[in-house]
Amino acid sequence: MSECIKAATRDGYGKGLVDLAAKNDRLIVLDADLAAATKTGVFKKACPDRFFDCGIAEGNMMGVAAGLATCGYTVFASSFAMFAAGRAFEQVRNSIGYPHLNVKIGATHAGISVGEDGASHQCCEDIALMRTIPGMTIINPADDVEAYKAVFAAAELDGPVYLRFGRLAVPRVFDDDYNIEIGKGVKLTDGNDVAIVATGLMVNEALMAAEQLKNEGIAARVINMHTIKPIDRDLIIESAKATGAIVTAEEHNVIGGLGAAVTEVICEAYPVPVLRVGVEDTFGRSGPAVELLHLFGLDAAHIVDMAKRAVSMKK
Amino acid sequence: MSDAKVRQLEIMACKARMGVIEGTFNAKSGHPGGSLSAVDILTCLYFSKMNVDPQNPKDPNRDRLVLSKGHAAPALYAVLALKGYFPFDELKTLRKSDARLQGHPSMCMLPGLDMSTGSLGQGISAAAGMALAGKLDHKDYKVYAILGDGECEEGQVWEAAMFAAHKELDNLVAFVDFNNLQIDGTLDEVNAPTPLPEKFTAFGWDVMEIDGNNIPEILEALDRVTANGKPTAIIAKTVKGKGVSYMENVCGWHGKAPNKEEYDIAMAELNDELGRLGGK
Repeated sequence: MSECIKAATRDGYGKGLVDLAAKNDRLIVLDADLAAATKTGVFKKACPDRFFDCGIAEGNMMGVAAGLATCGYTVFASSFAMFAAGRAFEQVRNSIGYPHLNVKIGATHAGISVGEDGASHQCCEDIALMRTIPGMTIINPADDVEAYKAVFAAAELDGPVYLRFGRLAVPRVFDDDYNIEIGKGVKLTDGNDVAIVATGLMVNEALMAAEQLKNEGIAARVINMHTIKPIDRDLIIESAKATGAIVTAEEHNVIGGLGAAVTEVICEAYPVPVLRVGVEDTFGRSGPAVELLHLFGLDAAHIVDMAKRAVSMKK
Repeated sequence: MSDAKVRQLEIMACKARMGVIEGTFNAKSGHPGGSLSAVDILTCLYFSKMNVDPQNPKDPNRDRLVLSKGHAAPALYAVLALKGYFPFDELKTLRKSDARLQGHPSMCMLPGLDMSTGSLGQGISAAAGMALAGKLDHKDYKVYAILGDGECEEGQVWEAAMFAAHKELDNLVAFVDFNNLQIDGTLDEVNAPTPLPEKFTAFGWDVMEIDGNNIPEILEALDRVTANGKPTAIIAKTVKGKGVSYMENVCGWHGKAPNKEEYDIAMAELNDELGRLGGK
């Protein structure tokens, strides 16, 4: 693990698309006038004949993606999470999800780390929305390496996938030989006092929290839950049994996201205390991304506090 | 087009109308009005124009049809059944809990459906995607979409119209089933999307205006579609409820099924028409 390299997951996405094109001659990438920001612009430059800009019309883009998919194309459709999952929710639900078409939604600028653009562009609802669509797979990579690998894993899967990427450059967590298996969480540290189940940029915060907890004599097991649907039930239950207390951490509303998914499993299968770190059902605001993450409690310090609380709640 | 061929299509359309009544009557729900208005267009497409094979419904070279006004599913099902995709008798299962014939088309459930539709405004985008795929694959198939006139109030229709023209999808042909009625009243009473010919022209489409219940006019319009870099919109003036006297131009028959008495009257009228056409 190297903490010195920083990159945004959206960069891994753009790079992944370019390299996927060499392997998949039925790959098409669509964007909605955000190619420079979503990093599909990198693909556009490399493969101009396989890139189509649909303009500022996300609903139509999802329908076009669906139509292309019925003709055997693997389609990546990109926009900001707010517009891909939010504005175009019903097109994703009815034109892609219901017919279970092979469309991958590459949603960037998820969460409040969008920063200065403010709440209108900070989507903390996308995981909740996408989770409710039957057959939708949801992947939220922790760093650019995982994002890169997720592009290939999503392309291998036959059916709709929601890929959630961030704007902010975050510390690289994984080495190049890391491999992602959809639906399988990854245990990053051992520990039987508390489990920290994290996703996206909160994975690195969880690792830092685990270090601090170790200094205070608490052994935390950190799990990278890159796939939020289908959720890795077995790993969650196993971790609940081993630790007896869970903290979830995500850059998303505490309603409907990873915390909810983990809680649903725990309540039904093996009840233990679960505390959720996330955006506390509020809208974001403008500001530098890193400042906002601290302001909204999306950092290692808050995970540490919640982990201690979770440990204290154990019977 | 010979008179005999036209007569054969008129007979087929009449049978399809009986299928619409059969389906909605047995379902005790559904959308007969907007199904009956679109029957002639669907009949011309499947029995005269489209290159499709019920034995090979997924043929990559086939022409495609997207019923963007998915609530006209009873009409599409009736025409597909007549074409041989599934038994005509299956129309009686429309909307039943164990049926393949969903209230709105579900492509995963029934052969012959090129897209799942029902939420208005979305089908035309998928049709544009299929047309783009045809261009990329250098295939000469055409993609037909059928829109409702009220459906043109959906913004997505115009997103798709802009896209199709910009991408020069001249293999895309969109019919607008212009029956002038939507659920809450006439187009003018609700939120007129008119004038449609001018709007499609302004969006860069070739536009034709025809009588959408007149088979020779439909066929002639389809023959006039040219590969000139522009998608084609055919604004087809129709009668909602066409072919069943008490349903014609009556707003209330948008989403209501005939009861037994109404069913008997409709079937008697369509039977008479079939006899008049020499189709019995």
